[in-house]
Amino acid sequence: MELKLALKVDDLDNVATIFANGIVDGMQVEMRDKKGVSEIITVKGDVPYGHKIAVADIAKGQPIMKYGESIGRASCDIKKGDYVHVHNLEAMRGRGDL
Amino acid sequence: MSYTFMGYPRPDGKYGVRNLVAVIPSVVCANDVAQAICRQVQGTIGYFHHQGCCQLPLDLKRVTDVLSHLGQSPNVGAALIVSLGCEGTDHQRIYEEIKATGKPVEIIHIQELGGTSRSIQAGIDAAQRLVQQISGIQRVPADISNLVMSIKCGGSDTTSGMASNCVIGYVADKLVDLGATVVFGETTEFLGGEHILARRAVGGEDGPVGQKIYQIVDEMEKRAMSVGEDMRGGQPTPGNIAGGLSSIEEKSLGAIVKSGHRPIQGVLEYCDKVTDHKGLWIKDAPGREPEILTGMAATGAQVMMFSTGRGAPQGFPSMPVIKICGNPNTYERMQWDMDLNAGRILTGEKSIDEVGEEAFQMLLDTLNGRMTKNEALSYFGSVDIFCLGPVI
Repeated sequence: MELKLALKVDDLDNVATIFANGIVDGMQVEMRDKKGVSEIITVKGDVPYGHKIAVADIAKGQPIMKYGESIGRASCDIKKGDYVHVHNLEAMRGRGDL
Repeated sequence: MSYTFMGYPRPDGKYGVRNLVAVIPSVVCANDVAQAICRQVQGTIGYFHHQGCCQLPLDLKRVTDVLSHLGQSPNVGAALIVSLGCEGTDHQRIYEEIKATGKPVEIIHIQELGGTSRSIQAGIDAAQRLVQQISGIQRVPADISNLVMSIKCGGSDTTSGMASNCVIGYVADKLVDLGATVVFGETTEFLGGEHILARRAVGGEDGPVGQKIYQIVDEMEKRAMSVGEDMRGGQPTPGNIAGGLSSIEEKSLGAIVKSGHRPIQGVLEYCDKVTDHKGLWIKDAPGREPEILTGMAATGAQVMMFSTGRGAPQGFPSMPVIKICGNPNTYERMQWDMDLNAGRILTGEKSIDEVGEEAFQMLLDTLNGRMTKNEALSYFGSVDIFCLGPVI
């Protein structure tokens, strides 16, 4: 069966976005970068269409990178393949308390 | 590597990619006469905006500036100004400034001519003369560095930041490297990502350009705050979060990525036109289509690249708009409105760089005269001028 894709926009990114339905815990996806280079990653967690997974281990407090820029920091240790969203990503802008 | 396009040479040294007679109502009250003229005379387009009277002086100046700059834009070969006579805009200044570029220009005054029917007749005669006068101009090769491309996204969805905006970013970088001018706007979308843009400014975050970027975002927020709305609170929206956006930074970056990666040379005010500006520039404009499309055409942009996911169909009368669709399903459903399917990046058929190159080739074809889909359908009624004060 053909693997679903997880797309990484920039070489500095440590997350990739999945554009497929039905991605559940334990499934394999094919991570692809902008040049088309790929790597197989096992997804941990159910990931809805348009949501992200980690493509590297990210320690708590470290920046989460997309588009080559920080989109927030890890609020706990994140492992490669983990579903990344508001439960483990903490925004650093526009919060009013920073 | 150098690229050329076939453009219409203008007396002021610019190159148009279309050769149109612009019919310019100096005020909303002149629209009906201007529309009648455009319906009758082939090769004309009209800017049917809703401003030009009963506004504060600063807005009347903005409207005058924008209408003048639309007439001066390279895709306009000649202009006919349709004035009512008692409007607030300075119709004589519009006439003089367009004339100074060396283009043929005429002006009619509805009240002076004796009303609607007489003005329509005089306007048709004038527009016919102007069309005949410019219709024999031949295209000549022009280096791509003569191009000003504008950028926008609208009707965005979760695919925009990952596909269509990345494609436009690829084209923007390539054009800047070739010595052309690229202008992007939508100040509202900078919220949460202004620090990233400011770092890309020439002179860095603390330099005058970087500080100006912070300033335009701040002013835009204050305008919303003046009517009691906090634009920053509640971002990203619950809908954004359900769609996969985890932070305001991610949302802003997805929009900003369409500007590519090159340094930002400066900030243009909404009414400013490009003179000798090269490289990547910001235009301080809101994101709504009529106002930003008009602002970008007034900048002097000969073309716009427009990213969409949900499927925004509109173009602009004197500026071809190329629709880059990030959502493969939308492209299939709306392929008669969408020019390029960037959704193939998401389905794995193509890489960003491959679709970026296709978009660049489509840009060259469009500059050389191939009509975009909205152009062929005359789907370009979204025209208006962004004003700051109340109508009075």
